[in-house]
Amino acid sequence: MALAQTKITATQERLNALRLSQSGWSASARADAHGRVIAMGLPVRRDEYWKYTRPDELTSPNVINAEVSAEDNTSIFGSLDCLSIVFEDGIFNAEKSDKLEDAEITLELLSEVNDLDIHWATGLYGVLETKGQAPVDRPLAALNTAFAREGLLMHVKGTVAKPISLIYLQNSDNDDVMLHHIIKMDKGASVTILESGPVGARCNIVMEAEIEDGASLNHVRAQGRNHERRAATHLFARLNKKSQLKSFTLTMNGALTRNEAFIEICGDDSVAHIAGASVGDGAFHHDDTVFIIHDALRGESRQVFKKVLRNGATGVFQGKILVKPDAQKTDGYQISQSLLLDDDSQFLAKPELEIYADDVVCSHGSTSGAIDEEAIFYLNSRGIPKVEATNLLTLAFLAEALSEVEDEDIAEVMERRLEDWLTRRL
Amino acid sequence: MLEIKNLKVSLEEEDKQILNGVDLTVNAGKVHAIMGPNGSGKSTLSYVLSGRDGYEVTDGSAHLLGEDILDMEPEERAAAGLFLAFQYPVEIPGVGNMTFLRTAVNGQRKARGQEEMSAADFLKQVRAKAKSLKIDADMLKRPVNVGFSGGEKKRNEILQMAMLEPKMCILDETDSGLDVDAMKLVAEGVNALRDEGRAFLVITHYQRLLDHIKPDLVHIMADGRIVKTGGPELALEVENNGYADILAEVM
Repeated sequence: MALAQTKITATQERLNALRLSQSGWSASARADAHGRVIAMGLPVRRDEYWKYTRPDELTSPNVINAEVSAEDNTSIFGSLDCLSIVFEDGIFNAEKSDKLEDAEITLELLSEVNDLDIHWATGLYGVLETKGQAPVDRPLAALNTAFAREGLLMHVKGTVAKPISLIYLQNSDNDDVMLHHIIKMDKGASVTILESGPVGARCNIVMEAEIEDGASLNHVRAQGRNHERRAATHLFARLNKKSQLKSFTLTMNGALTRNEAFIEICGDDSVAHIAGASVGDGAFHHDDTVFIIHDALRGESRQVFKKVLRNGATGVFQGKILVKPDAQKTDGYQISQSLLLDDDSQFLAKPELEIYADDVVCSHGSTSGAIDEEAIFYLNSRGIPKVEATNLLTLAFLAEALSEVEDEDIAEVMERRLEDWLTRRL
Repeated sequence: MLEIKNLKVSLEEEDKQILNGVDLTVNAGKVHAIMGPNGSGKSTLSYVLSGRDGYEVTDGSAHLLGEDILDMEPEERAAAGLFLAFQYPVEIPGVGNMTFLRTAVNGQRKARGQEEMSAADFLKQVRAKAKSLKIDADMLKRPVNVGFSGGEKKRNEILQMAMLEPKMCILDETDSGLDVDAMKLVAEGVNALRDEGRAFLVITHYQRLLDHIKPDLVHIMADGRIVKTGGPELALEVENNGYADILAEVM
């Protein structure tokens, strides 16, 4: 189908502001991705997949300024024992980072190895992104593949004891950051990857994860608290036999956030859990768009998303479970819920199930609700003031999503940050 | 302790008066029972005293230990020493019973300008008090009232009362939905809290509870006011003859 002229123009304007790298092992993947962007065109509001979220600020050649917030430039995971890797305005900072050395994992920077002729990441860079372009276009991810200059290439060979903590600091108030990470998990390998920090005024982050048989990837992300930031992220993952992916995202503030996940379960007996908790106030627009494909036997998937919205904030959830004809004994679960703390906030949800196998269990639910006044009165009558009672109930609402984080220490720092947010805001 | 004078209350949403001038004085150390037919205003009285939304006080007053409570927020009334054991305790998914109890205890202490109870002291007290009410560790960990049986919910109310140590305890049909053994357990919990400095207002339909929690005075409430007051024998009279005779006599 021919693209509308407005879309072609907008895409061209954006591409004109970028320069395609032509050297090294990634050149052909980049050229292909560039071609995909031109063929698809960047998203516009009329696209069905962007019905609830205006993409303009994510696609425009101009970045809207976002003030640097000093408090946001300290990592939420700083108190945990991690291997820290720091990016400042999207550029690796060796001084602030730990040494990229660990026997069980190879860590390389895209910027450092991009010009090599041969690299192991050739078979992965942009590959899962390309697969993720059907049945729905994800042009921002293709744009990232074509133009990202930095990112971490992780080859996980065994059990990595300490979490790898990617910390994204922001120094400039108008930086447009693109990062492209690759995670290659060997058979039986396991790792926890943490992401945190404001990144930049605008960011586009892609993570591609190939998870081999029996491997386990644990991904926990705490997005920046900067009110003005705009973010588009994509997580592409392919799960082979008996493998596991758990991904959790905590979002507080941000003018615009679109987190997409495209997960393909192609090995039998695999498990994928994608979850998120977000809290937003006022000019906060938060979109979780998740697509999980079951293409193997006895796969289990869970999507658990909870959003707390107030003062006119908007939450979006587009979640899909696609069960292919041979994916018998699939167990799929999807829940998206919002707690609306006033009449001005809104939650837009589009839960979808598409099932072609006949022996599966899939359930989904989506609700929007206000705080339970009965419960508030009960707490009040026991001497708990209204504000504290509301906080307790709000945290209780988010608890189901937060419980998806298995590591107690990690869950605790995030719960504390949520408490802080609530105490300050309510 | 509690002094209610000519209390008139209507529902905020409809122009309907439910309490038509309640007069009631409860002194420290005493147990008063309120009985009355359905719709007589018993539960409304307990809600109005504890500060639930949706009621409008059109006349009269209510004082707790000399303080006017009708202008206070529910949590201020609680900190001032008022406690309502709910007829239908509310389930609060996601909030652990212990967290809830501790937040409540410390919330009240803070409001009274007292120091927070240390975690160790709190644990010790909760465990001891829970044990006497046969509340096991699992119930303390579970979310507030979620999945509790009727009896467990009521025992949990009494545990809260024991931890919060209020001055004026209102029990709203605490016996409803309880079997005989559960009722005994709850009554024992209440009796253990009886002392010179504390008063109870026990709202009930049945005399049976009053066998276990012996009242000093029994009031009969009808049509939004207290129509008769007497000793414990008044409860027996209701049990034997119903309300019809009493109501015919006074109205």
